[in-house]
Amino acid sequence: MSTIDLTLQIWRQKDSDSQGHLQIYTLGGISTDMSFLEMLDVLNEKLTKEGKDPVAFDHDCREGICGMCGSVINGVAHGPEKETTLCQLHMRNFKNGDVLVIEPFRSRAFPIRKDLIVDRSAFDRIIQSGGYVSVNTGGTPDGNAVPIPAKTAELAMDAAACIGCGACVAACPNGAAMLFTSAKVSQLCLLPQGKTERKARALAMVATMDEEGFGYCSNARECEAVCPKGISISNIARMNREYLKAVLLEG
Amino acid sequence: MELTSRTPSGPLAEKWDNHRFTNKLVNPANRRKYKIIVVGTGLAGASASATLAEQGYEVHTFCIQDSPRRAHSIAAQGGINAAKNYQNDGDSIHRLFYDTIKGGDFRAREANVYRLAQVSNNIIDQCVAQGVPFAREYGGTLANRSFGGAQVSRTFYARGQTGQQLLLGAYSALSRQIHKGGVKMYPRREMMDLVIVDGRARGIVTRNLISGTLENHAADAVILATGGYGNAYFLSTNAMASNVTASWRAHKQGAGFANPCFVQIHPTCIPVHGDYQSKLTLMSESLRNDGRVWVPLAADDKRPPSAIPDAERDYYLENKYPSFGNLVPRDVASRNAKEQCDRGKGVGSTGLAVYLDFADAIKRDGQATILKKYGNLFQMYEKITASNPLNEPMMIYPAVHYTMGGLWVDYDLMTTIPGLFAIGECNFSDHGANRLGASALMQGLADGYFIIATSVAHYLGTNALGAVSISDPQFLTIQKNVNDRLHRLLRNSTAGPTGKVTVDEIHKELGKLLWDNCGMARNRQGLEKALEQIPGIRETFWDKVFIPGIGGELNQSLERAGRVADFLEFGEIMVRDALTREESCGCHLREESQTEEHEAKRDDANFSHVSVWEYKGDDETPAMHKEPLTFEFVTPSQRSYK
Repeated sequence: MSTIDLTLQIWRQKDSDSQGHLQIYTLGGISTDMSFLEMLDVLNEKLTKEGKDPVAFDHDCREGICGMCGSVINGVAHGPEKETTLCQLHMRNFKNGDVLVIEPFRSRAFPIRKDLIVDRSAFDRIIQSGGYVSVNTGGTPDGNAVPIPAKTAELAMDAAACIGCGACVAACPNGAAMLFTSAKVSQLCLLPQGKTERKARALAMVATMDEEGFGYCSNARECEAVCPKGISISNIARMNREYLKAVLLEG
Repeated sequence: MELTSRTPSGPLAEKWDNHRFTNKLVNPANRRKYKIIVVGTGLAGASASATLAEQGYEVHTFCIQDSPRRAHSIAAQGGINAAKNYQNDGDSIHRLFYDTIKGGDFRAREANVYRLAQVSNNIIDQCVAQGVPFAREYGGTLANRSFGGAQVSRTFYARGQTGQQLLLGAYSALSRQIHKGGVKMYPRREMMDLVIVDGRARGIVTRNLISGTLENHAADAVILATGGYGNAYFLSTNAMASNVTASWRAHKQGAGFANPCFVQIHPTCIPVHGDYQSKLTLMSESLRNDGRVWVPLAADDKRPPSAIPDAERDYYLENKYPSFGNLVPRDVASRNAKEQCDRGKGVGSTGLAVYLDFADAIKRDGQATILKKYGNLFQMYEKITASNPLNEPMMIYPAVHYTMGGLWVDYDLMTTIPGLFAIGECNFSDHGANRLGASALMQGLADGYFIIATSVAHYLGTNALGAVSISDPQFLTIQKNVNDRLHRLLRNSTAGPTGKVTVDEIHKELGKLLWDNCGMARNRQGLEKALEQIPGIRETFWDKVFIPGIGGELNQSLERAGRVADFLEFGEIMVRDALTREESCGCHLREESQTEEHEAKRDDANFSHVSVWEYKGDDETPAMHKEPLTFEFVTPSQRSYK
């Protein structure tokens, strides 16, 4: 097992109303088998033992699926490894002596709550405005009643894999939430169950996205590059088509 | 403590129908007058919240994460069982029922398990209608795969992310109700305690995790959907925030806790590799469809796997259990892995691992097919271990994964506290002493979508409930207790860390003690030792724990401390339960009670019951009550997977 020594510059901010700053920490003897969050655990244990305030960061499943964790590492959301959440990023990706700047996901629509913790409830509100099929519990037809080509199901699944972490927003120069929103719009418009409400859904979800203060897509493709689940920006194109059709047909 | 299961009469297949008919209803116009609290937004909590709101109740839902979409159900990988028999391979509701009750080693209630199998088919229909992208065959029909403990293919899946897709389905239904005003959602709230008025559950006290403020919430009924207690062991496959607090607080207020020693140790997890490790990662059981489990035939064989020829490998599951092979139930697979490692045949740097090998499957089906089925799991494995399962076998070892024990509930999923319900993993109801793979998702959604609304209606329809207010003395008292406890936890904060311990240090100590003595194999001596040591750890915790910061702010150390404080109390009844159950069954292997082939040996004459624990006070020994289990429709047999 090899170990490395690191210099960390971490964003510290007491709460939403306070000003933040980058604080420098040195941390030695980090096993390269550790995950990034375990490295932060080690730092926090050290800070606690020194009587200092540990770094607050969001995390839960630590398996790359809950979407709770995420920070910007040296300018890249979720760090240097492709298609990897911060919790699945391992320290073997770094070298001895590296300087790591660790910041929260920044966006107008994601207010900082403390240190690396941001408020992503805007994402929930986008889903609440239409990211579902309006079906109550009970009385649904047999699961095999409507055949769905395997290829369509796979495409829908590619989009549905979104974990709602917000890296796309943090990476976008316009702070757009279009990759996130389009993933849900795509999943549901591809499947027969979602087609009934497709127009209303596209209109409502795009409107909410705007109200929440997210920007627009200008094809920088930064979102796709950092997405831990490899969601493609072709979903954004699909959402734009859905939206245009809806505007033209429903106004 | 009175344990009336309210199991309906009549033939097995008609019980649920009879029950629904005899249960009282609430007229649609009256439902809006009732307020229901749901704690937790995993499969059970989210589906229950959405369903109750659709029916017209005023639902207030709480979750610990920043969004209801993040509950730990999301991490379930493999699939969800249903008795659809789409594969025409001999499945039926009765077979799913039988497999589940046998898989649980005959330690669950027949009627509950049968109902679970009955509603399993509705779950699939519901999820498809919501737009859950299940895997499909080329003709467009739903695909299935096999899971442990069954000889039919009845598991529905969405790649290796089934839990995620089902949870996002339930979350979408919940989001729709939030939008319509049927559900008021409170994220980043932790339930600190339950409020009881006139003997009934009437509310909760929560802590706002952003501001640190304590808040009272009143309701006509309270539903806990707060998951399992696997994190008592510190290392488990559970999410970091998973905890026993809500269940434990309810228990201390009078809810019976059933079978706390029934803890599922999952056979296919990535082995432990360092003391900094914060959690263990599961590799889905579905991998055992194609992966072959083996160890070197000779002990202490340190050659790399590729240098060990087939003849010098022991495919011990296939050899010992020819009919089920690599797909034996989880408890059996875990125990056998431990047995091989105990004999010195374990592999890897720690000797605490066995191989799960895909070479034959890749040769048979090609890389592309294997990657299509397990691509995301292989990728996850490679990220953590830096080894590619396409080129060398995975190394796996058992880890704490799921807890079959939980709050005791009757057939209506109501605890021993009137008006307090428990659904999903936090109750004990369906899995007996061992849960089969792909059955947790099934139970969570069965409880939430198809069962709880009937129970809630019956409870509200048969009880005249007076009005309560959050400023009633009962609420104020509980909030004061919660506040006092937080102050006690924080009392070392101003003194500084010198000579103190951290929350994690204590949690690790407790976890190791439980793993060593109340883990995969248990014996009287070890359990008695653990029982003796836990109070000392608890004392050190309360005496010396240092928590930085204050209570009135976002304070993650304080959150963890509260949960660990409850694990330190809870651990004791877990050990006590394991000690009292002097038989082996399912996950619970008492070394004193095994067959010659080291299989769990049940003692039906003395232990065919649910052990239900009653809290008697901080310094009192808890009381154990028994709910006898009777089997009218199946005959308990020694489980055999040979």
